[in-house]
Amino acid sequence: MAMLSGIYGLLSASLFVTMDAVDVAFTEASIGAGISTLLMLTTIAMTGRTEHSVRHKPLLALAVVFVTGALLIYATLDMPYFGDVMAPANLHVMPRYIQDSMAEIGVDNIVTSVLASYRAFDTFGEVVVIFTAGIGVLALLSFARRPEDDAEISSDNISMHEQNLIVRIVSKILIPFILLFALYVQFHGDFGPGGGFQAGVIFAAAIILYAMLFGMSVARRAINQTFVQLFAAVGVLLYGMVGVVSMLNGGNFLDYNVLSEDPVAGQHLGILIIELGVGIAVATVVIIIFFNFADRIDILKHKVNKKL
Amino acid sequence: MLAHLPVLQVLLPLMAAPLCLFLRRPYLVWIFTLIVSGLAFLISISLLQQVMVSGTIVYEMGGWPGPWGIEYRIDKLSAFLLLIITAMSTVILLAAHTSIQKEIPKSRQIYFYILYLFSFTGMLGIVSTGDVFNVFVFLEISSLSAYALIAMGKDRRALWAAYQYLIMGTIGATFILIGIGLMYQMTGTLNMDDLARRLPEVAQTRTVFAAFAFFIVGVCLKLALFPLHLWLPNAYAYAPSIVTAFLAATATKVAIYLLIRFTFSVFGLSFSFTTLPLQTLFVVLGLIGIFVASTAAIYQKNVKHLFAYSSIAQVGYMIVGYSIGTTMGLMATLLHLFNHALMKSALFLALGAVMYRIGSVQLSSFHGLGRQMPFTMAAIVAGGLSLIGVPLTVGFVSKWYLVLAAIENGWWPVAVLVLLGSLLAIIYVWRIVEAAYFKEPAVATDRVREAPMAFLIPVWLLVAANIYFGVDTRFSVEMAQAAAQSLFGVSP
Repeated sequence: MAMLSGIYGLLSASLFVTMDAVDVAFTEASIGAGISTLLMLTTIAMTGRTEHSVRHKPLLALAVVFVTGALLIYATLDMPYFGDVMAPANLHVMPRYIQDSMAEIGVDNIVTSVLASYRAFDTFGEVVVIFTAGIGVLALLSFARRPEDDAEISSDNISMHEQNLIVRIVSKILIPFILLFALYVQFHGDFGPGGGFQAGVIFAAAIILYAMLFGMSVARRAINQTFVQLFAAVGVLLYGMVGVVSMLNGGNFLDYNVLSEDPVAGQHLGILIIELGVGIAVATVVIIIFFNFADRIDILKHKVNKKL
Repeated sequence: MLAHLPVLQVLLPLMAAPLCLFLRRPYLVWIFTLIVSGLAFLISISLLQQVMVSGTIVYEMGGWPGPWGIEYRIDKLSAFLLLIITAMSTVILLAAHTSIQKEIPKSRQIYFYILYLFSFTGMLGIVSTGDVFNVFVFLEISSLSAYALIAMGKDRRALWAAYQYLIMGTIGATFILIGIGLMYQMTGTLNMDDLARRLPEVAQTRTVFAAFAFFIVGVCLKLALFPLHLWLPNAYAYAPSIVTAFLAATATKVAIYLLIRFTFSVFGLSFSFTTLPLQTLFVVLGLIGIFVASTAAIYQKNVKHLFAYSSIAQVGYMIVGYSIGTTMGLMATLLHLFNHALMKSALFLALGAVMYRIGSVQLSSFHGLGRQMPFTMAAIVAGGLSLIGVPLTVGFVSKWYLVLAAIENGWWPVAVLVLLGSLLAIIYVWRIVEAAYFKEPAVATDRVREAPMAFLIPVWLLVAANIYFGVDTRFSVEMAQAAAQSLFGVSP
């Protein structure tokens, strides 16, 4: 199931590309096909791969799915055709974004200007959603590790991770480049597809790769969890502070025009900082989630080993 | 700074939440959360005054006007809801530190407050915003944190309850999102005010009809209208006491707000009440909800379960008032929104006190509590009387207006059924009274003492409010009336 949903993510990413929604496709590819598949696999590693036999017959669920599908198809009957220039969605709000965003915001990628300036408050909300998810995982899964357990687990780990020599060397070479690519995506958002969300995920992916190949204990030594948590908070606060500063400068919340003498320069500055906030928050939250999942697996394995 | 109050109302708890991580000590975090909630309460009072004096406040995020950017739009209804949410949160938080000492391990207490603040933020955001997509974003914030909060309950069944709520809540949110997406496709805008102007042109299309249907089902899942209420009892019963009190006082209210906001201010009254047979549907479901849930409440062994079912019944009353479709009916709904928040927060907080002393809220462990915890039990009785609708309590006021509204509209049978529903409430409240006052305590619980002040003060504040607003109805009735009239004024 995890593999299927990964394939689904990748396919929908390709679908988005053919619909010319490159930014969405990029996000879907990195999050839908990448990180969520990975998280699902870690969950399976924890719980086991076979499903318990179902006691009830899911007929009601099937009926609900069927009705929903029928209603969705019904909804398409009066919908404007795909790509219709006269569709309301293309006539009302959109023209201003297309025509004026260059003068008002001065960013080549219109998606970025909508996302990070016109509707910046929504994006702020999304970052908060992600941060909430991270805190939720911490609230439910975190637990204090005993040092003696830690030592034993790490010895388990080292013996296990001494295999896979080739993979380890290759990824050691690759990881710096992945990190570099993340930074490129982070700052490229102004000109093409990219931005904080995708960059954060890619950055976190590099760290996760490291943790998977070299063991949690090694990764834990390299990355302090308390520090990561504080950094996640910093990401959210950074975004919010841009808004607060713009309020102190006499504008409304998240009004970047007042951040600098020149409104366009102010917009650039504002978008740069909030994207950084997004990137930091996303990367750290993904790392937090993975580490907490993986810790559980380590403990479980350790218990099994002890029994053997 | 006064001009920024609409955004500060939401921003303050939002920014405070990540800051909690830096404080590191649960006690400090509690004080900090309490102060933030108190400040939010003050802001909401100030906003309410502004709205009453000068009408709807519009605040443009990022300085982008109207449909291009996101705007906050605070009218009388929003201001009223903001006041309810912030007031409830502040009073409930007074007891939080003491309550979670026993229910949540120390290492996780900071996360508890962060999630609490986010849930709080999400609800405030939903109520303040004038943009339909922004509603969805803040709905996600408040729901996601609520799922995690419920799962933090001490009982292991809390995890399963939270998981059920997560699935049902996510389906609800997805339906709402589909509705919003379809609306955008037909109008090209996400701004509520703009939607209200542009939707009538395309009102006859099947797409808009589907959008409406998806939205209604989604929001009904969120507000636990019968038969979509199945997630609620377990979620309320196994959540930490503070969370139950907070969610029972606010979460379903916010969903009702959404229903009112979308049907009145976005789709428009004439569209909403004619496209689907919404009135008949809601009045029937509301009434069935009242009877089924009240009857179920009678048979519960866990008192938290009992009051959770009663919450579903109370949602039924609100929906009945709403479906009458007159100013008076809507006013009764809004009144009950306010009054029910007072009752249920008092009741669930008092149950929190019982949980603190006894560690269980099974009906059997209530035996003899009337003598052992007199003040707590007196509060539960007072809340119960209010729930029944005894004169001089807020419950009476809302039932009174609801019955008046039904009669005014010529719906005699509905009025009678509403009153009959209250009889069922007498039975389930009586079961608690019987257990607490007329049964001998078990031997083992001899050492039970009265709840600590940290509980008694907020509980009795709420009980006092139950009685005060039951006698002096000027504030609540005036607010509900003003909000209802303004809604009917916008879209006649």
